Amino acid sequence: MKKFALFIGCNIPAKVEQYETSSRAVLEKLDIGIMDIKAFNCCGYPLKNTDKKAWILSSARNIALAENDGNDILTLCKCCFGSLKKVNAILKDDQELTLEINQILAKEGLKYQGSASISHYLSILHNDISIDELNKKTIDHFKDLKIATHYGCHALRPSEIMKFDDPAAPKLFDNLVNVTGAKSIEWASKLDCCGAPVLGINDGLSYDLTEKKLKNAKTAGADFICVACPWCHMQFDKIQDQMVSKRNFEDGLPSILYTQLLGLRLGIKKEELGIESPENQKSELLNQAYSKLFETVEKKVKKKKSKKKSAKKKAAKKGPKSVD
Amino acid sequence: MTFDLFFNSSLILLVIGMLFKMFQWFSYKIGIQTENSTLSQRLIVGGKAVFGVVFSSKIIIVIKIFIIDVLLQVKVLKQDVLRWVMHMLIFWGFIPLFFMHALESIVSETIFSSYYSTVNPFMFLRDFFGFMVLAGLAIAIYRRFFMKIHRLSTNKKDIYAIFIVAIIILSGIFLEGSKIISHTDFLSMEEEYSALDYKEDIIALEAYWVKYYGLSSPNVVDPIPADTLAAGEEIHTESCLDCHSRPQYAFTGFAASKLMKPIGGLLDNLGIVTFFYYFHILACFIGLALLPFTKMLHIVTTPMSLVINGIMKRAESDPLNIATRQLIELDACVHCNTCSKTCSVGPAFDAKNNRNILPSERMVSLTQYFKTKDLGSSQFMAIQEGIFLCSNCDRCTVVCPAGINLKELWYDVREEFIRSGASISSLVLSPYSFNRTYNQDDFGATLSDMPAKHAKNIIADKYKKKSQADDVLSLSPKANDFSETTFAYCFSCENCTNVCPVVMNYEKPEQAVDLLPHQVMRSIGLGLEDIALGSNMLWDCVTCYQCQEHCPQNVKVTDILYELKNKVSKDCFYA
Repeated sequence: MKKFALFIGCNIPAKVEQYETSSRAVLEKLDIGIMDIKAFNCCGYPLKNTDKKAWILSSARNIALAENDGNDILTLCKCCFGSLKKVNAILKDDQELTLEINQILAKEGLKYQGSASISHYLSILHNDISIDELNKKTIDHFKDLKIATHYGCHALRPSEIMKFDDPAAPKLFDNLVNVTGAKSIEWASKLDCCGAPVLGINDGLSYDLTEKKLKNAKTAGADFICVACPWCHMQFDKIQDQMVSKRNFEDGLPSILYTQLLGLRLGIKKEELGIESPENQKSELLNQAYSKLFETVEKKVKKKKSKKKSAKKKAAKKGPKSVD
Repeated sequence: MTFDLFFNSSLILLVIGMLFKMFQWFSYKIGIQTENSTLSQRLIVGGKAVFGVVFSSKIIIVIKIFIIDVLLQVKVLKQDVLRWVMHMLIFWGFIPLFFMHALESIVSETIFSSYYSTVNPFMFLRDFFGFMVLAGLAIAIYRRFFMKIHRLSTNKKDIYAIFIVAIIILSGIFLEGSKIISHTDFLSMEEEYSALDYKEDIIALEAYWVKYYGLSSPNVVDPIPADTLAAGEEIHTESCLDCHSRPQYAFTGFAASKLMKPIGGLLDNLGIVTFFYYFHILACFIGLALLPFTKMLHIVTTPMSLVINGIMKRAESDPLNIATRQLIELDACVHCNTCSKTCSVGPAFDAKNNRNILPSERMVSLTQYFKTKDLGSSQFMAIQEGIFLCSNCDRCTVVCPAGINLKELWYDVREEFIRSGASISSLVLSPYSFNRTYNQDDFGATLSDMPAKHAKNIIADKYKKKSQADDVLSLSPKANDFSETTFAYCFSCENCTNVCPVVMNYEKPEQAVDLLPHQVMRSIGLGLEDIALGSNMLWDCVTCYQCQEHCPQNVKVTDILYELKNKVSKDCFYA
């Protein structure tokens, strides 16, 4: 297996630092070697609206940098994932554009070849490590935690290029949530947009989309909406707070990053994952939700087949046990 | 006399220049917080803040920053070892020279009772420090002109900075070299320190100095008789040795003297010492007088920026002080390129060739802009593209060796541009705008998506709307210049519209988005490109790709919407 170059993107180091720290902690726990390329730049996603060439050059440069060291790219952000992977697909079919891009890259001694594959963090966990393996690595299970998975548009679609999961009935994220002992619930608008792409362009529309998702997840009984993308997280986190003050939005639902959720069950300390204690949360509602993160039950060693189901059943029989 | 005249004039010019700079820092407007501020208000809040720091525990942090970031320049070291070596050589060469040599009558002679510029260790040290500066300058020239660092640009101010320091040091070295060979200087020293009565004695001493002190003399010819040398040595030991070390210790000056020695007599007759003397002090005084208006101002402003940013927090600071700080920061930028090297949107500069996309270049333009606030529309548009084309990754702020809070500067300038109403950019219709709403409470971006609305109005003026359908619609013959042509397969099944979360969000979607997704596809297919380009659907599209995923005809709906947006951007904002 090639080594992965971790692609953090622009938002995470500036606004969602806990995603980086928790992701690194989980990778370390799972013995996945990664390397950092300091010269990585923005994937170009925000440029897609106005300047296709500048977008493609931005992504191509990152891919060329990874190729230079013989690495594949591992992204934390769904939009970086979509952007990089789409550029790989576009350039594969467009020799002329590839030539033009390479002429610009040559100025700094780089060459895009398209040999690096692009994977999202969740795909690596699910496909390269596997649910079985994760099951072995978890130390215990959440006792009673309901999670609404938010897949993220740019990972799922266009499925022809992304090949992340079945675009109509994806299971990957739900499987990953279930392996922690939490229950991934079914809910309306699960595969819809978080609203972030039009924030700042049409705030009302953006808030509407976010509100709808949060309400639906809440109605379905979720304790958290779970994400694996900084844009979605920012939208469900700070933008949700803005909505509370600006449009009397009341049905609050906290957002949690998947790496934090999994990290807890791998036995990583909450401080390392950037999770605040329940008592430090700013509202009663958040306090209750976060308390559930620390209520755990022992997991049972199960037989080979139908692992997830039996694990959950057996776990449910066990009495509650508080950890942390 | 002449020295004093030059020195005092340059000092007066320096003081006037610095006062003018301070006037700029406290009176120029930057960001939206300073709109109605006055000079006296700004001076008072600024003075209060400085007072508050000096008489509080924060002074300890200030001292710490001064040692770590100003004296040791650890921030530079973290980013670029070569540049650190370069700057430390220049800095730690120049500062001792300034105090020990330039201010010798004030500093050296006060501290060291035995100070003589011609006696070791001082004579050696002066050359040693000068050599350090030269070595640093050599690295600077190598970096700027030979290393081919991607996206590094060198402007007039950078060249001046290297030039003025080089001239000061080199003229000093040649002054020293010309003094070593000068027969005239020898005679005046002889008169002052030994006052020999007999001509033979003078010749003997001269011979000794020719042999061992690098003197160029018309009276001494090789071979020098041994007894003359011995006599010369005796007089030398008696009159000169205590106050003059051998010039070889002044190794740079001695090397210069070797260069000049072949025509030493001629040069001396031409008054080479006087020439280099005036050259040297003039260079120093010009450097001093022009300091406030050149890159050398960073000697003052960069430490200020480092210290202020080390203790100042936006939430706890008076907005007027933030504005003042930002104006100082514009002068603290040394155009070192560290930010541009790490800039996340660097490739956008490579693709678009607008230098203002790179933060270090934008600093140069903004310095110009805040002087007059009027640079002509094309320059303004270029700065604007730079300031909006920013992914807000904050890397520039993290790496800046001058400690400049670039992130806040970009935010505040953006708000000022938007507030001024002159702001026109298609970039406000892209996810770059996310950050304005996201951070609206921290940066007073109360107008949130106002710039997007403004941009949409510009677009509306350019194209026809479907609501204007009573007008005669023109068929576009150029409908074929699309790179994505799958719209041709659309038969209006409306699947795309039915799965669109934006359409679903509105009770009357056609009013909100103008053209529904399938209508956009069909419009282009029919050659009605104009109404497709003018449709709000383009900018309300959340790019979730549901439409494209669900199209039974494999029309690349989202990609086509992207292509239309690119066209609008080009036609309306880059025409």
